[in-house]
Amino acid sequence: MLETFAEAARLLLVLDPAVAGIATMSLRVSVAASAIGCAIGIPVGALVAIARFPGRAVVVVVLNALMGLPAVVVGLVVYLALSRSGPLGHLGLLFTPGAMIVAQTVLVTPLVAALTRQIVEDADGELGEQLRAMGLSTLQRARTLVFDVRFSLAVAVLAAFGRAIAEVGAVLVVGGNIAGHTRTMTTAISLETQKGDLPLALALGFVLLAIVIVVNAAAAALRSHAARRYG
Amino acid sequence: MLPILIKGLTLLAGGRAVLDDFTAEIATRGITAIIGPNGAGKSTLLRALDGLVRPGRGTIAFGPGGRSPAPRRAFVFQKTALIRASVVRNVALAVEAEPISAAERAARVAAALERVGLAARAQDAARRLSGGEQQRVAFARAWARRPDLLLLDEPTASLDPAATEEIERLVVALRDAGTKILLVSHNLGQVARLAEDAVVLASGKVAEHGPVDRILKHPASEAARAYLKGELPWMSFAGVS
Repeated sequence: MLETFAEAARLLLVLDPAVAGIATMSLRVSVAASAIGCAIGIPVGALVAIARFPGRAVVVVVLNALMGLPAVVVGLVVYLALSRSGPLGHLGLLFTPGAMIVAQTVLVTPLVAALTRQIVEDADGELGEQLRAMGLSTLQRARTLVFDVRFSLAVAVLAAFGRAIAEVGAVLVVGGNIAGHTRTMTTAISLETQKGDLPLALALGFVLLAIVIVVNAAAAALRSHAARRYG
Repeated sequence: MLPILIKGLTLLAGGRAVLDDFTAEIATRGITAIIGPNGAGKSTLLRALDGLVRPGRGTIAFGPGGRSPAPRRAFVFQKTALIRASVVRNVALAVEAEPISAAERAARVAAALERVGLAARAQDAARRLSGGEQQRVAFARAWARRPDLLLLDEPTASLDPAATEEIERLVVALRDAGTKILLVSHNLGQVARLAEDAVVLASGKVAEHGPVDRILKHPASEAARAYLKGELPWMSFAGVS
């Protein structure tokens, strides 16, 4: 066991190219999916929070339910869409990092939208009437409220990134876990553990944990700075 | 543009009439106080005048014969809602929807901050200001909107005497600039200092409307007398002895 840990530490210390390559691929895919998920999910969540339209309650329930989408099911649906006979088959994305970004985006967008909806709705309860009294349109109010809660929205961004970087089912199905091409930390850990290459799996596990801890610590520091600066 | 002609205004909330066939003609100029016990419908009346709530029945019209377009309005609430941003950004929100150039917007915001004495603190975080300063931000917003009609809902309720005096000075300045002001306040000293006329509201209806001096010294209605004496008229209305 100690030898496994020692070998894992050595792989990290010498910046083993295999570990670095897999970690970079994971980060590339998850950061891209989180960015796209936020670009779609934050405006959608903010508009659902403050707009009043028939069927809004149903939209809120669906958004909340979609937060718990099983990753492997998302992977399967995206696989079917991107497969040669699927509606998006002509894009030729299957078993590429692009396919993994699509799958993870589908996974995290509802999460971002649902969390944003809740955070912005709470802010609207506090500020909404005054913003309406200043004659601001629905879009202007949505933009203002998103700006006001920008530090709280770090939670939504963090949740999206955490879900993306830690999931294994969707990227495995649509990426295929191809060495040097679509292998991510989670798929590699799963494969290397089965193969018995525990030091590599452990080294990747450390990198994954470190990324999650650093990102969370950065978000906590940002929120604490914001609370001191803006009240 | 003004006076304000309110006819038969009725607004239900939770099965209760918050405003009940409210009818009044409010003078063109100066400050009109809206007084009455809690729950009488004062804040709801201001919200209805600003279009924030829609009455179930009745009409609000402006100008002679009620034929003028709705006046430019500004609303100052008891508690100022500020976003997590600088003072200047908070004031700029008030003119964001105005169809004017960016330069004109910036000029109006700068002038408003100057007017309320916060120009030197324009870049400070608005939520870090004292209660009195935060309310001055609210008045800067109102000033920047250049309103014909200013609605004030207990604007000094949570302020100390010095901050209250500052705010009252701003109210007078806005009135002197030609803005019609409706002031909801429980501070009868403030009502006597600022307002020319007063509407006494009780249970969503007009109990009395007339010059402030007369209403404060010689109220004609039972509801106004009870309110000014500090009694609880709604208890007798509800049949509680």
